[in-house]
Amino acid sequence: MLFQTKDLKFSHPGQKEYHFQDISLDRGESLLVLGKSGSGKTTLLNLIAGLLSPHSGSVVLDGTAINQLDSGKMDRFRGENIGIVFQKPHLLAPLDVKENLMMARYFSNKNGQDADELLQELDLSHKSHSLVNQLSEGEAQRVSIARALINRPKLILADEPTSSLDDENAERVVKLLQGQATKIQAALIIVTHDHRVKEQISNYIEVKSV
Amino acid sequence: MNLFKLSWKYLTFRPLSTGLNVLLLALGLAIITVLLLIQDQFEKKMTQDAAGIDLVVGAKGSPLQLILSSVYHVDFPTGNIPMNEAVRLSRSRLVKQTIPMALGDNYQGYRIVGTNHDYLSLYEVGFSSGKAWEEPFEVVLGAMVAEKSGLKLGDTFTGSHGISLGSHDHDHHDLRVVGILEPKGNVVDRLVLTSVETVWYTHDEEEPAEEESTSEPSEDQDTDANDHEHQNEEAEHADHDHEDHHHEEEGHGHDHDHDAKFHHPVAKSGFPKTDQDREVTTLLVQYRSPMAAVQLPRMINSNTNMQAASPSFEMSRLFELLGVGIQVLEGLAFVLIAISGLGIFIALYNSLKERRYDLAVLRAIGASKFQLLILIFLEGISLTFLGALLGILLGHGFLSILASQNEQGIAAGLQAWTFLSAELWIVIYALTVGVLASAIPAWSAYQTSIANQLTRK
Repeated sequence: MLFQTKDLKFSHPGQKEYHFQDISLDRGESLLVLGKSGSGKTTLLNLIAGLLSPHSGSVVLDGTAINQLDSGKMDRFRGENIGIVFQKPHLLAPLDVKENLMMARYFSNKNGQDADELLQELDLSHKSHSLVNQLSEGEAQRVSIARALINRPKLILADEPTSSLDDENAERVVKLLQGQATKIQAALIIVTHDHRVKEQISNYIEVKSV
Repeated sequence: MNLFKLSWKYLTFRPLSTGLNVLLLALGLAIITVLLLIQDQFEKKMTQDAAGIDLVVGAKGSPLQLILSSVYHVDFPTGNIPMNEAVRLSRSRLVKQTIPMALGDNYQGYRIVGTNHDYLSLYEVGFSSGKAWEEPFEVVLGAMVAEKSGLKLGDTFTGSHGISLGSHDHDHHDLRVVGILEPKGNVVDRLVLTSVETVWYTHDEEEPAEEESTSEPSEDQDTDANDHEHQNEEAEHADHDHEDHHHEEEGHGHDHDHDAKFHHPVAKSGFPKTDQDREVTTLLVQYRSPMAAVQLPRMINSNTNMQAASPSFEMSRLFELLGVGIQVLEGLAFVLIAISGLGIFIALYNSLKERRYDLAVLRAIGASKFQLLILIFLEGISLTFLGALLGILLGHGFLSILASQNEQGIAAGLQAWTFLSAELWIVIYALTVGVLASAIPAWSAYQTSIANQLTRK
């Protein structure tokens, strides 16, 4: 098993405790995490990404219990092994497209995918030296996907990656994520409440507030 | 990509704010650089120019003016003193050596100084070509005068009356260049040196009517009075020209003494020999013993019509007077630096607010808290480092403009492009400002909670 969570519990200060369903995924597998807003699905994503640490339970990726890493090691581990796609692209505006990818490369110190090749696969090679604020929304989201993939992560996390996109772009983004996950043999977790995505990925769990 | 490049990209991403802060800091540091350079070079130059001169004796007036005019050749001379009194003084047993000087003319603004060869040895200046003057109307050019005027050995030119550019020309006797001095980086570079006799004879020609009288014309100070006289003078010149011309046609019929006098060797040391009541402008005095420092000035100031002034005393008085101005400038510089520090702080802090998301993203793609801290510090530090470089450059540039605009003045010969080790401190100051200004923003970047930041929608 590439990725596993067990008995994850977390509570924000002064709020009720979340208790999350266990997840296990193998290489190349995809999972949807569905839930209404406020149901804690973003919290789950933060726990999986190591951005928050759980009160109890464990998150294990490829044999590493990431909730037991200290802060600095966690950052490095995340950079190398987890690719995160956010709801909005959140590219670094002072950098051009390729520099955004190279920045992710810098923090991980890992030989990942070839940036130019990746951009070509995502149909972005003609934009590789464009400033990010000159990109369309769909293009920007694809750049952020490229950034998440550049280090050949073992786990791809996507947080509402389609919510601001039209049908065509939404479908394209999900296809891309799935295709790339299969290609680099990574597990893919998409957190969403977008039902368009359900049509493409059948494997899902639902997060409910208890 | 690396952190340094990233911080640089962020800086250039907001060029106006970055530029303003760099400029503010640079201005503050430029003032400090100029003050440092001037303080260092000016005082060095002042001391160097006055080296070996214990006392200056001249006509009564402002002692500071006397020093400025006869040692540094910047201010107007205070007037002339009778030579017999000067000679009497030079025989005092308190005096080791005196150098007489006759001032009052210029060539293109460079002062013509009538003196003797002792003046050359006082400054230990050698010749880059030619030799010292031997006869009247032979002159030696300072290195800078030669360079700027383009005059060469054997060239002739006419001096102008007065000490500033644009006065009436002495067109009777051309001065002939017989030597050019090596550059020394001191006052001698911008002087035209000649014998006392040259200055005398030049003025004899100008005012034949007054030749007999005891006072040489008030050549130095009263430009008004001179203007007044010009018409007369010019009339007389015309006559004289005519006469001269006449002589040549007739052969040497007139005034053999006159001609002979012009080809007589001049005094190379001490006072020129003359049977007339002549005047000199000032006397540079070297003491024989430390006792003289106590006795001689008092003796001169109370017993004669001359005044004595000590270069070191007058210059320290001048620096005291200037000190207030320097302190004001220093204060202004520090205010500018403080404001720029504040500006950098505010710029970083504001940009940080806009960039919380960027920082969170950086964390999400693998940057550690510590790397974000470094990133913000790098921005502050590279900003101030740029400011420091620009400031130092501006400072030196300003000084080189000052020196080039003031070729004949006191700032001439300031070396704008020599660098002091103290300028390293300017860089260190600037970097300290950078570190201080970025400390709080960097700390807040360090503490950014990325989970909250990324999930805030």
